[in-house]
Amino acid sequence: MSTLVDLVWLIPAFPLAGVLILMALGRRLGEPRAGWLATAMMGGSFIATLLVFIGLVGHEGDERETVFTLFEWVPAGKLAVDIGFLADPLSVTMALFVTGVGALIHLYSIGYMHGDEGFSKFFIYLNLFAFSMLMLVLGDNLLLTFLGWEGVGACSYLLISFWFTDEANASAGKKAFVTNRVGDWGFLVAMLLAFLTFGSLQYGEIFFDLEQNGVAASTASAIVVLLLVGAAGKSAQFPLHIWLPDAMAGPTPVSALIHAATMVTAGVYLLTRMNPIIAASHDWVPDLIMWVGLGTALMAATIAVAQNDIKKVLAYSTVSQLGFMFVAVGSGAYVAAIFHMVTHAFFKALLFLGAGSVIHGMDGDQDIRRYGGLARLLPITSMTFVAGWLAIAGVPPFSGFWSKDEILAYAYGENKVLWLLLLITAILTAFYMTRLVLMTFFGSRRWTDEEVKAEGDEEADTETDEDALPHRHPHESPWTMTVPLVVLAGLAMVAGVFNLPFTSDVHFLGNWLKPSLFGNEGHLSFGGGTKWVLAIVAIIGSLGGVSAGAAVYIRRRIDPARIEHPFLARAWRVDEVVTNFMGGPGRRAFERTTQFDERVVDGAVNATGTLVRRTGTKLRASQTGLVRSYALGIAIGAVALLVWFITRAGL
Amino acid sequence: MVTASWYLILAAGLFTIGATGLLVRRNPLIMFMCVELMLNAVNLTFITFGRELNDIGGQVSVFFVLVVAAAEVVVGLAIVVAINRRRPQATADDLSALRG
Amino acid sequence: METAVFIVCAVIVLAGALGVVLSRNPVHAALSLVGTLFGMAVLFLNLEAHFLAAVQIIVYAGAIVVLFLFVIMLLGVDRLEDLSVEPITGQRALAALVGLGTFGLAVAFLVTGDIGVVGVGAQTADITDQYSNLRQIADVLFTDYVYAFEATAALLTISVVGAVVMSRRMGRDDEAQEASGDD
Repeated sequence: MSTLVDLVWLIPAFPLAGVLILMALGRRLGEPRAGWLATAMMGGSFIATLLVFIGLVGHEGDERETVFTLFEWVPAGKLAVDIGFLADPLSVTMALFVTGVGALIHLYSIGYMHGDEGFSKFFIYLNLFAFSMLMLVLGDNLLLTFLGWEGVGACSYLLISFWFTDEANASAGKKAFVTNRVGDWGFLVAMLLAFLTFGSLQYGEIFFDLEQNGVAASTASAIVVLLLVGAAGKSAQFPLHIWLPDAMAGPTPVSALIHAATMVTAGVYLLTRMNPIIAASHDWVPDLIMWVGLGTALMAATIAVAQNDIKKVLAYSTVSQLGFMFVAVGSGAYVAAIFHMVTHAFFKALLFLGAGSVIHGMDGDQDIRRYGGLARLLPITSMTFVAGWLAIAGVPPFSGFWSKDEILAYAYGENKVLWLLLLITAILTAFYMTRLVLMTFFGSRRWTDEEVKAEGDEEADTETDEDALPHRHPHESPWTMTVPLVVLAGLAMVAGVFNLPFTSDVHFLGNWLKPSLFGNEGHLSFGGGTKWVLAIVAIIGSLGGVSAGAAVYIRRRIDPARIEHPFLARAWRVDEVVTNFMGGPGRRAFERTTQFDERVVDGAVNATGTLVRRTGTKLRASQTGLVRSYALGIAIGAVALLVWFITRAGL
Repeated sequence: MVTASWYLILAAGLFTIGATGLLVRRNPLIMFMCVELMLNAVNLTFITFGRELNDIGGQVSVFFVLVVAAAEVVVGLAIVVAINRRRPQATADDLSALRG
Repeated sequence: METAVFIVCAVIVLAGALGVVLSRNPVHAALSLVGTLFGMAVLFLNLEAHFLAAVQIIVYAGAIVVLFLFVIMLLGVDRLEDLSVEPITGQRALAALVGLGTFGLAVAFLVTGDIGVVGVGAQTADITDQYSNLRQIADVLFTDYVYAFEATAALLTISVVGAVVMSRRMGRDDEAQEASGDD
């Protein structure tokens, strides 16, 4: 067989090498060589992925699945876990965009992190993250995936609180970590349940066992629901979504790479990977996934409308788009989910990087109320940002349109109400993204710099009553930051061709992913005509959202304050509810537990200790420290043994 | 004719004298000598049994006992020297730092 | 002849052993030990263990006893030990009991069990007259017991190193510790 696929181990090996080298030599390499090394490692990983991809394409459709076992990891009786990599269309697709987008973001970070004290440390974390993510994606068993899952969680924590001297950043990291723990619990229990049921943790063996022996629907449902808990934690679905907006405290490339493009898609990946078990579970389970996704998508979209922090808008938008993917998974449209994941990775990474470029230019200010009119000063950033905007808004022919339209079509096939709500979400998406773009790049300047001070005063905004507008010197970013923007913008524009809906021949991604989906991919129950109608409705919706945004934020037909309701700005008060619950009944429950721990558990431990100590005090006397006493003890023992021998001999 | 039992009784006597001496004497050097007596008693039984059972293994075991005894004496005497440097004329009863 | 040799040697061995235990002067004890070891060597010859008899003389009587004497001289521990008192209560009574028990039980075992020595050899090799005693031991030692033999090499090396470490002059840290010492 083709040997190219056997290079799969190289994919995670590159970033791991990067981590080790940077750990040893990072400080000595300094800036910018540490960054270049890390970027080169990601580039190498990307090339390795491409080679594996080419190798897989060379295989026949059914044989596009290779397990490459590196070594035996946990040989424990029935439980045998190997360090093995699964190269199949699904994992390689994931690996392609993880390494590709990852490499671009590494490159971008060289510019963005310029002058930071922790420059080389940052790249250690980034490479470590890439390694963990690739282990997650390429692992051929649940435990290895879990290893990567925990690894990305740890890196996420490290990177969110990268500037840990700031209290807010540190607690944002903690929040992400703790919230993720809740999800990890679900994954862990699901994993144990899967092992008990199928006797293996390896995907291939699980699915084989499932095919041969089947499984009780209730068991499968339990596994999937627990996996959903894990996936909701990692992919920021309601009610575990609360960590993601706070995670924006980290450096912007981190937001782009981890909290938009790659890590948060892990939940979708996991559910897609486990599609045979979803197929084997009760009918309400996919529905649950679907409704969780829809609820999250709609809620996050409404929240995004009222946010003023550029990164918070994008964060809620990410939550919302992940909700779309969950809807797709729930309605059996795995291809659409992965398709949207890929396109989303492109345009959301682009938007975040663009936001980072803006923040960079605005000296760290993130409030869009103090932006405006930046298009002329940041030409490349604004051009690429516009491409990302059109993609996420779902304007054809940009990539987001194709993937979102496919999800909408499947949703329509599943449930009309679902479709309608999802369409509203899509319109809201177009609306808040339009708001963001208009407030950032167009309209009047709500800041001044020395050169244009007079002009700035003239254009002093009527809606902000501040007399002194902030002084800023917006400037375009260095080339290391703009090149990734341009590349991603190109991809965001054309990525739709990966999976065109017209005929089954151009349904490239769908045909490619077929072997990984075991025929569990849902089918649209309606013909081409309905599809066209749906597509046109979707186009009208997105254009409507864009024009509504323009109407509010350029022509000012409606006072924005009426839309940006405080309830939305405060994210539906989910955080407050959680805080109140955990601070009230939750705290009392924990206090009760603490009391139990102190009295019963500690009491038992202490009693044991006291008992041992008292006995020991008594027994101390026998330790005289005299060699001859000890020798006497031995001698008495020897005589006793002799007596025993003789009695046994029957004397 | 001397039977094996004679040798074994002699070994038992030698062992008993060594053991009793170890328990009674306080001079560490003499205690070591008593240990040597006990080892010799055991050697004698090894060789006696080896002859009775017509097996060379008994003698080989004695060879190993000799080697181990040599090592034991080397280390033991080094300890005695080290102790005497800190506490001249110490007897075994004086060294009770490990008392509980 | 064998009986006569046995009786003479047994007397020498037991007398030497008693001399070790009862001498108040360690030098006398060491010399008594030499007597015991010589007696044992002759008994070994009596039992046709020629090689071990030679080793007994060379290693035990030669090396080990000389080492004992050397340490006695080096440390000057020729002070006479007072055997009339016993600091540990009941030690002597118990020691006598243990001694009687060991000897009495072992002898009782031998005397009443009149079936003689039974059992199987370790199945290493029979004692034959075909080869010399030395060659028979060597044959077994370098084949069946070769790993144990190698291990004794390591043991001797380690004990020598240990002896050197323990008896070398203490370093500065140790001296400082000793100055503030515990006794």
